[in-house]
Amino acid sequence: MLYAILCYDSEDVIGAWTQAQDEAVMESLGRVQEGLARQGRLGPVARLVPTTAATTIRKGAEPLVIDGPFAETKEQLLGFYVVECENLEQAIATAQDLARASGSAGAFELRPLRYFKANGVAQGAP
Amino acid sequence: MTDIAWIEAAITSARPQAIGALLRYFRDLDTAEEAFQEACLRAMRNWPGNGPPRNPAAWLILVGRNAGVDAARRLQRQEALPDEDKISDLDDAEEAVVERLDGADYRDDVLRLLFICCHPDLPPTQQVSLALRIVSGLSVRQIARAFLVSEAAMEQRITRAKARVAQASVPFETPGAVERAERLGSVAAMVYLIFNEGYSAVASEDSDRAQLCDEAIRLGRLLLRLFQTESEVMGLVALMLLQHSRSAARFDADGQGVLMDDQDRSLWSRPMIVEGLALIDKAMRHRRPGVYLVQAAIAALHARAARPADTDWTEIEHLYAALERLQPSPVVTLNRAVAVSKARGAEEALAMIEPLEGRLAGYFHFFGAKGAFLLQAGRARDAREAFDRAIALAGSAAEAAQIRAHLDKLMRNAAALG
Repeated sequence: MLYAILCYDSEDVIGAWTQAQDEAVMESLGRVQEGLARQGRLGPVARLVPTTAATTIRKGAEPLVIDGPFAETKEQLLGFYVVECENLEQAIATAQDLARASGSAGAFELRPLRYFKANGVAQGAP
Repeated sequence: MTDIAWIEAAITSARPQAIGALLRYFRDLDTAEEAFQEACLRAMRNWPGNGPPRNPAAWLILVGRNAGVDAARRLQRQEALPDEDKISDLDDAEEAVVERLDGADYRDDVLRLLFICCHPDLPPTQQVSLALRIVSGLSVRQIARAFLVSEAAMEQRITRAKARVAQASVPFETPGAVERAERLGSVAAMVYLIFNEGYSAVASEDSDRAQLCDEAIRLGRLLLRLFQTESEVMGLVALMLLQHSRSAARFDADGQGVLMDDQDRSLWSRPMIVEGLALIDKAMRHRRPGVYLVQAAIAALHARAARPADTDWTEIEHLYAALERLQPSPVVTLNRAVAVSKARGAEEALAMIEPLEGRLAGYFHFFGAKGAFLLQAGRARDAREAFDRAIALAGSAAEAAQIRAHLDKLMRNAAALG
């Protein structure tokens, strides 16, 4: 069985860490990841850019593009994609393709990644 | 991370919202600050044992408000304080405060707090010091070190700024749309001022002042969370991130400045660049370019170039031309001329800066750029003359060293030819 472990915390508080504190936390997490990777249990790992860089797309006949993160509490996180995009325009177009294909209501939240590690290959810095 | 480190980060992050709300409540900056201090002391006693509250800002506002009211009452008559347990058992009350602290209130509280720091009566150095003390919560000692003045002098500067703010009438009513936009403009300018105080530091005074860059970025992100659709705030945060992304490459081991062309680009911070580029993409969708966004877009073209030779100078020139229209200034034209010299040659750049010489006759960078254009055009004798004038106008040893590097190159080339 595969599990996704989604990380939640106060962005304000984490944003108030010094760089040294941030690096210490990432290093400590990295040690756990290494153990998981050695056991062959680790899938992709990502760290998102702060929510200030987020864009939300409300699905609908005319999809609505909104600045900022997804803020509703009535809807739940059901899944996610990691897609290579040239820029935000392409990311929005991709999300709109998915919106048309799904046909349901709901929203997509677009979040740039500052760090991504898939199949043991890291891109960017933590 | 230890409990204490977590608590300190939680208090720092809650500070603008909490002091902003307490200021609205008490309508007096000193009272609001004292009430917040008291709430922080109680948090330090309470949180390690009881665990952190769900919403630290709401906890600090509620406890700070009670503490402020108690202090006022104590002045009137002696009355027992509620015991600690009652204060710490805030779960339901916290919920209620969170409900009342709806987005709009919170937003105007933080904006007001920042706005009183950039009161037009305050000179820029006082604005920045006051904001770092009140909003960011840096100690007087930290701020004094960042500005290379004594603690006593900084204490006096902040006290004077506070007195001036207290005399001015602080606007407590909810601002209208136009007024809010004006406040946001002043606050954005002050945040960028804080950033530049840090960015202009030279390597030797590095850590204390460079911290101001991180602080300005944190304040910028805070503003952007409050005003999620303001493209100029996106531009401001992007500009600061993209400039700061180069900080590890800006000085060599001896603390000498390294020109952008000579910087080791592998030292540029990828996470900051990624975030800056993402914010520019978002802001561009609004099609209302402002001064921060255009400057951020220029910084982005440097960030996107893997090598100096890959830089899109033609596009940079277009962006400087756009900046000239938004904010006409001879310094902007000078920067545009640098892009022209790279994109279309030195002669055209020289023609562009000729009319500026009268207004920039005392400006170090004018003669530095002019010398570089003349050198590029093969006019070594004129170049030397311009570089000599630049050295005479240099404001720091680093600036003079930068020009001497050009002169050394001239000498070497002359020797090679001779």
